[in-house]
Amino acid sequence: MGTPYFPGCTLTTKAKNYDTSGKAVAAALGMPLDELPDWQCCGATFPLATDNTMSLIAPARVLIQAEQTHAKQVTTLCAICYNVLKRTEFSLRKHPEQLERINWFVSTDETTAGQTYTGKVQVTHFLQQLRDDLGWKALSERVTQPLKGLKVAPYYGCLLLRPPAEIGLDDPDQPTIMADLLTALGAEPVDFPFKGECCGSYLAVNKPDVPAALSGTIVESAAKHGAQAIVTACPLCQYNLDVKGRLPILYFTQLLAKALELGEEISNFESQMSKVAV
Amino acid sequence: MINRALVIGAGIAGIQASLDIANSGYQVALVERQPSIGGHMAQLSETFPTLDCSQCIMTPRTVEVGHHENIKLYTYSQVAEVSGTPGDFTVKIRQKTKYVNWDNCTGCGVCQEKCPWKAPAEFDRGLGVRKAIYTLSPQAVPNKPVVNPDVCVRLQSIAKGEKLKCGACLKFCPTNSIDFQQTESFVEVHVGAIVVATGFDLFPQTRLPEYGGGQIPDVIDALAFERLLSASGPTGGQVKRPSDGKEPREVVFVQCSGSRDPEHGVPYCSKICCMYTAKQAILYKHRVHHGQPYVFYIDIRAGGKGYEEFINRAQQDEGVVYLRGKVSKIYRDGDKVMVWGSDTLSGRKVEIAADLVILSMAAVPAISANGHRVPGLELALDMDGFYQSSDAELAPMESNLPGVFLAGAGIGPKDIPETVAQASGAAAKVLGMFRQALR
Amino acid sequence: MRKVGVFICHCGINIAGSVDVEKVAEEINRYPGVAFATTYKYICSDPGQQIIKNAIQEHGLDGVIVAACSPAMHETTFRRTAAAAGMNPYLLECANIREQCSWVHQNDRARATDKALYTIQSMVEKVKRNEALDPLSLPLTKKAMVIGGGIAGITAALDIADAGYPVILVEQSDHLGGKMSNLSGTYLNFAAAPDLLTRRVDRVMNHPNIQVITDAEVTQVDGYVGNFKATVKRVGQDAILSYDVGAIVAATGYASYPLSRLPEYGGGTIPDVMDALTFEAMLAPSAKFARPSDGKSPKEVVFVQCAGSRDPEHGVPYCSQVCCMVVAKQAMLFKERMPHGQAYVFYIDIRSAGKGYDEYVQRAMTDARALYLRGKVSKIYQDGNKVIVWGSDTLSNRAIEIAADLVVLATPMAAPDGTKELAQRLHISTDANGFYNEAHPKLRPVESLTAGVFLAGAGQGPKDIPETVAQASAAAAKVLQLFSRDEMKAEPTIAQVIPELCSACGLCVKACPYGARQVDEILQVATVNPALCQACGACAAACPNKASVVRNWTPTQILFMADVLV
Repeated sequence: MGTPYFPGCTLTTKAKNYDTSGKAVAAALGMPLDELPDWQCCGATFPLATDNTMSLIAPARVLIQAEQTHAKQVTTLCAICYNVLKRTEFSLRKHPEQLERINWFVSTDETTAGQTYTGKVQVTHFLQQLRDDLGWKALSERVTQPLKGLKVAPYYGCLLLRPPAEIGLDDPDQPTIMADLLTALGAEPVDFPFKGECCGSYLAVNKPDVPAALSGTIVESAAKHGAQAIVTACPLCQYNLDVKGRLPILYFTQLLAKALELGEEISNFESQMSKVAV
Repeated sequence: MINRALVIGAGIAGIQASLDIANSGYQVALVERQPSIGGHMAQLSETFPTLDCSQCIMTPRTVEVGHHENIKLYTYSQVAEVSGTPGDFTVKIRQKTKYVNWDNCTGCGVCQEKCPWKAPAEFDRGLGVRKAIYTLSPQAVPNKPVVNPDVCVRLQSIAKGEKLKCGACLKFCPTNSIDFQQTESFVEVHVGAIVVATGFDLFPQTRLPEYGGGQIPDVIDALAFERLLSASGPTGGQVKRPSDGKEPREVVFVQCSGSRDPEHGVPYCSKICCMYTAKQAILYKHRVHHGQPYVFYIDIRAGGKGYEEFINRAQQDEGVVYLRGKVSKIYRDGDKVMVWGSDTLSGRKVEIAADLVILSMAAVPAISANGHRVPGLELALDMDGFYQSSDAELAPMESNLPGVFLAGAGIGPKDIPETVAQASGAAAKVLGMFRQALR
Repeated sequence: MRKVGVFICHCGINIAGSVDVEKVAEEINRYPGVAFATTYKYICSDPGQQIIKNAIQEHGLDGVIVAACSPAMHETTFRRTAAAAGMNPYLLECANIREQCSWVHQNDRARATDKALYTIQSMVEKVKRNEALDPLSLPLTKKAMVIGGGIAGITAALDIADAGYPVILVEQSDHLGGKMSNLSGTYLNFAAAPDLLTRRVDRVMNHPNIQVITDAEVTQVDGYVGNFKATVKRVGQDAILSYDVGAIVAATGYASYPLSRLPEYGGGTIPDVMDALTFEAMLAPSAKFARPSDGKSPKEVVFVQCAGSRDPEHGVPYCSQVCCMVVAKQAMLFKERMPHGQAYVFYIDIRSAGKGYDEYVQRAMTDARALYLRGKVSKIYQDGNKVIVWGSDTLSNRAIEIAADLVVLATPMAAPDGTKELAQRLHISTDANGFYNEAHPKLRPVESLTAGVFLAGAGQGPKDIPETVAQASAAAAKVLQLFSRDEMKAEPTIAQVIPELCSACGLCVKACPYGARQVDEILQVATVNPALCQACGACAAACPNKASVVRNWTPTQILFMADVLV
């Protein structure tokens, strides 16, 4: 029995390879991802208005749908979806009156009639499942092609870890979760000071020079510290960091797929690595 | 009424209170957890705003305490238990194991010379070294050493039941004062009143990971920098940075490191940092003429006498660059330390490639660092762990317990003049108690 | 022949940085009369003092020179050390090679070293001829006078009186409580302050050991520590009251800065521009919250911090310490009185460093919604029934103009008129800003340089109530310490008369500025009051017969000292 999984919009379109590799890796490790039968956009940013109720409807609906599976967790791959859903979960737990209103509103829609969120399901990230449900030792034992000699810089960006009180996945200033994953895969994690700095995010749309500058600095720093590639968990970061092919920017699931020998079609490892003249 | 007072803590507050009571003809039992007295003031190079040499103004007092016929000094000791009532307290003092017979020891220092085992010196905040048998500083009062079991190879071999190792101090001591068989002992004293003056410590750098979390050698706290500036410090007063001993040319001071930070650090202001930062920046400039100090601040707190003028001196006469903005991130880049801050007055981000960074780490109560709650002395603490005065405004030296008085930074961060005033004030309360019992 | 030991201090790098102390030690060791010379890093420390003691005993020294900082710092300490080693303390002298040598000649090591050597040599010549002396015993009056009946004076008086000593409390106005009685609340004891003050005032008024004299001034103080004679005059009365006291505490507080010194802020001309103490009275629960011009309740109130403080050109250079907190408090009190009102605060730095103070100011911002703007106010003027305030907000980089109903200026805490004169009467000094000078800014905040006269509260410098109370108790502790002995010890290095040479001409009486000389008509010889004599030497210069000599500063000694230096 797998874990209910929320892919989000980007993973079904521009970042399809993240979704494909993720599902394949999860299945290979015996913890398959079961996409929620009915889902919609998470909202794409956690609402920060004084009255969040309306803007929370969409992510709350995801939680309600997840609860119908009777599973204990709903997992994600996209860092933005993870951030929105996790913070929504936190907000609903903290403000029962808000939860009551949302539950009532959602239940008036015929497609979700009678369905509520009672807090039974928690939002997790696939990285968390790998660390807490499987364990790094168990993972390393499944690795058939260790990524020996591969120097990879883990890049966390902003939304995977912050705000720590609400997300709680790892320490936002000194995180280790992706470095530990890389070690389990036999690769060499490269620590660099810009691992948690902003890539420029949505400004890629209307002020592209800003992410170009910010991401450029991040990639240069990683390269300076000896990285041959950067690994990330966010499609927007992947897009922004891919600065004129300076370094290959991979999803962590691609590296997993390579280490578990799931084939080039799944991992896209070779094509990604060779795109760059390093 | 027992005409003796117990003073807990022998920093400048405890020293002042003890002298005021002792000079009025009463007995004082002065208990200090360190091997010698003086607290943090003994670690300072100079004091603001006069730039007096700290040792120079302090040593006459520490020496007076050491020799005073009315003061019995219990260093390397802690108060274990208090019972009784105001006017008649029974105090149990635990004297930690020194492994040296202080009645015999003359303080000649040969043992320290001969000891081959080194450890980072606490007095120098880890920047210098001391031996396994050590005094805190050459001017320590009492100038007698203690042996640290964590570093002493002989004690470790005894503990493991192995063949006895080393013993150099034992061999060379001219008065036969080394005693590896010594155990801790307890002393009971009877006192009429108690003054608690346990002072402060600094918030640990490990709690500020965005500033390097204590991992970057050239990011140090202000007390450590004070030791670098001090003529009796590990570098003889020459400013050399810890990583490579080079003289730093670009030095960044980060005020409010951990203070005024309810989310992440402590919510309160540590009061003294604006002034000591200006002092350190001025002293640095005096030593390194071509150096450039920068200070990142939020508000400059310079309210005391001559303080405002001192800050102006730093800014106008000594060329210290003040930038109003918080520092968001500090990280290493090669042999430089990168500091990201902002200058809110020009509206710009600032990035400085520093050679050395000094953090004004928040002042926290020393008692909480100890985790030490003395049975029978259950003093009320405020939310931040400092002692709670019975009325912070009109009775700051009075605690929630009758006959027990408070003084100094243990109540809350404060500078030396206010500490000394409170210490004398607490003494006045004790003297009043003693004298009232006469009638 | 005297055996003199010379101990030269490095004083860290304070002396050794400019003077080659090792070379000086080497040279002085060869000087006639010097039996022993050495250097040490901090001679005032325990090991340093031990070196002196050991040398005195080992070499049988009967003269010691400590070449270090000014004798004003540690002469007493070193003399005690000598006494503990069995040598008469007055055979020890300090040679000042720091303040008078290393500190002022930092750029000329060779010449600084020479000067240090000569300085020490001259002191060796002196000490070779010093007499062994004993301190003098003087009587002591165990009664204190506290000048000022504000919270500082009240606290000091209570602490001294509770310890069983009588106190005379002299207050200028007709009531006790000082400025604190004008406050409707304080930031730490918001509503309770007036009540707490009243209780203390009651305690003072009913205390068997405290005599309160209001509407009074101290007009003259004669004598010396342990034996003062203070003259008090009451307003409108001819009778002069005289008191014998052993110690005096000066707790005269502060005064409000005159608004007329702030014309650019409309001070003294615009009725709705007032200082914080006046606004405090407006905010009192019993008062109708009405502005002076038309009696309406102001809705838009602007607070101007640093109105005159931190202003070396125009106002006072110092910071008045309490205003940031007072303004935050008043902003909160104002919001309580006018829930729909708006407070604006212009500031440079927020100085809220005390315990709980930062959190308090945050509350003014978040709960009372006071708008804090970082910038100075340049101009305030009247426009119709509004008061226009021009300031800036440096954080948004904009000029700000506010049409206020009322403006509160946080004016400096100033030294009251007459402080300088009172200080002169007490034989203590005031600083450039008119506040009393403490003996040492770090370690002796409540003592003046005149023994027996202590300081407490805002008279010594602007401060808040907790620090005032601490200082007042500290001053009391100093008094209690003084009174704990049964007699006073005075320095014996004073003038003495050689009776065989004295012709009772009386010239020394006229020459003495301290009133320490008299002619005994019966014995026909001049006498010296040992307690008043300050050893200035005027009598020695005036006496035509050389009958007046200052002990251990004889003409012979001085000539030998001059011989070295010239």
